Amino acid sequence: MATHTVRFVETGETLACNDRLTLLQAMERLGRKGIPVGCRNGGCGVCKVRVLEGSCERRVMSRAHVAIEEESAGYALACRIIPTSDLCVTVIGKMGRAFARPEQDRKLTGE
Amino acid sequence: MGMTGVLRPGHAAVRVLDMKEAMHFYGEVLGLIETGRDSYGRVYYRAWDERDHNSIILREADQAGIDFFGFKVDSPATLDKLEADVRAYGYPTERIPAGDLLQTGERVRFEIASGHAIELYAEKGKANSPQMVDNPPPWNPESERGIAPIRFDHGLLYGPDIEKVQDFFVNVLGFYLTEQILLEDGKTQLAIWLACSNKAHDIAFVRHPEPNKLHHVSFLLESWEKVLRAADIMSMNRISIDMGPTRHGVTRGTTIYAFDPSGNRFETFAGGYQTYPDWDPLTWTWEEVGAAVYYHDRQLNPAFLEVVT
Ligand code: FES
Ligand SMILES: [Fe+2]
Repeated sequence: MATHTVRFVETGETLACNDRLTLLQAMERLGRKGIPVGCRNGGCGVCKVRVLEGSCERRVMSRAHVAIEEESAGYALACRIIPTSDLCVTVIGKMGRAFARPEQDRKLTGE
Repeated sequence: MGMTGVLRPGHAAVRVLDMKEAMHFYGEVLGLIETGRDSYGRVYYRAWDERDHNSIILREADQAGIDFFGFKVDSPATLDKLEADVRAYGYPTERIPAGDLLQTGERVRFEIASGHAIELYAEKGKANSPQMVDNPPPWNPESERGIAPIRFDHGLLYGPDIEKVQDFFVNVLGFYLTEQILLEDGKTQLAIWLACSNKAHDIAFVRHPEPNKLHHVSFLLESWEKVLRAADIMSMNRISIDMGPTRHGVTRGTTIYAFDPSGNRFETFAGGYQTYPDWDPLTWTWEEVGAAVYYHDRQLNPAFLEVVT
């Protein structure tokens, strides 16, 4: 079982990740934070990251959150990638946005 | 007792990223009964105690979420009447021919203000399960396999303009409001629970900027003990649990939120109270929003408002 080091560019923090766990699982199992955790299954998009360096195995993930062009630019959902080398990543996904308000409803639906 | 018009949530069509994985989950872990596959590759399921042919329909797609949510109405005449009422309200409707979904009659489909495709239909084939109709035993092997919910029960959908959604469901489809959560201003609704029966909810909505989102489809269990058993089965099968077992303040259901292998949230719950249409809705204020959703923790988890498909 190989262990790879994942480095988060924003904070410089590192995470040891074996080759059986997804990046998100590796983070959660150690009680670490940094990537938002949602469905853990590639559907909701909150765990989005961009892999700047290194390689990983990718499992199917929702196209609503990672478009084809983005995929080739290294974007991925952390719950669907398993590092196969050391990685350098930046966290894209966010949680903790403001609650929706009626005004916001209208803006976003173009009424 | 008069349950007429719209009877109940009848089917939900859920998109999955990998059909093989999804079938393992819905069939073996959740323990629904597979009832058919169609020429589009969609796979059909029902829960063990349901009387109609299908309730959950899976379609493989490149993104998760919900395609449509359907209600069964009491007769073809009601279907025609409600179709006319929906049009008169100003929403275009589409008739989908009988047989497009396996064993399902004509469906009337329209889009509501939150962006969701809602369907009405009057006819669905019967579940092929004589042992559940003639001298039925209280349980059977299917009721013990996997989590084995009694039925597909309700959905919670996220989208904008929920006051318009409420107006439509109440004034056109004959639902009534059972509970609501209000925002800080004490007026604007964050969430609404609507019933067409005397369940505490048949469908619910949370205000959300993006239209047409799925928060969860929900499955009914018999008891709190079965909820705990469901949690055990989820952990044994490495199912991603979002919250619970716990209790909702709203509806009083005891519950688990978890995710299918494509990230669609589902709920397994027991309990909740019975309602009547003449009852005033229960209201939760902004100060108690945490307890409204998770009664024991008394606080929301960030995923409740933001993790949807
Ligand atoms: S946590 Fe939902 S897509 Fe990764
Ligand atoms: Fe629910």
